[in-house]
Amino acid sequence: MAEKPAVGCKRPSAKVQKPPEETTQPETVTEKKEHAMIQIGQKAPDFTAPAYFNNDFVSIKLSDYLGKWVVLCFYPGDFTFV
Amino acid sequence: MSVDSMFVHKMWVDKELSKMVTAKTVPFPMLSDGGGNIGKIYGVYDEDDGVDIRGRFLIDPDGVVQAYEMVAPPVGRNIPETLRQIQAFQLVREGKGTKATPSGWKPGKTVLEPGPDLVGNVWKVWTVDKAFD
Repeated sequence: MAEKPAVGCKRPSAKVQKPPEETTQPETVTEKKEHAMIQIGQKAPDFTAPAYFNNDFVSIKLSDYLGKWVVLCFYPGDFTFV
Repeated sequence: MSVDSMFVHKMWVDKELSKMVTAKTVPFPMLSDGGGNIGKIYGVYDEDDGVDIRGRFLIDPDGVVQAYEMVAPPVGRNIPETLRQIQAFQLVREGKGTKATPSGWKPGKTVLEPGPDLVGNVWKVWTVDKAFD
């Protein structure tokens, strides 16, 4: 019987099942990358991203919004409560 | 912005969000961050779950980050607080360094003018009750 994934407040994700012998070999353990946090007073890193806006699919570039205040909001998945 | 595709964003708007907002559509772009590439450089990407967690950044007209907030997935955000911060930052920016908003400040409340005279005297102009209503 398949287990049902939890339908919660983030997008359910797939997990690679590691074979048991892998845990005994430290050299194969994947290292978790640390991502540096943004600093206050630092330029927001520019990016372009595909987007859905005004019933259309568009490309959004952050630096096109220079001159305006921007709220950049991340959330863990559509159909969650943001 | 989430790791969902822009097509899933459309489905979410069509199926749910359009029923929640009076505009019938979301009045700002819903960005797609496939692979979490942007979440990684903003420090909000969760490697284990492959999602961007609830991070919110306020970016000023010069493209400089003025504030951010990070919240774990089960707790939603407080939108009025985001709006309050934008109003406060706009006021401070217009003041070109002459003005500051104390804790609990809201539009219409007393604005502080930092300087030697204010040191040790904040309590006279910003009483505790003003921070909690």
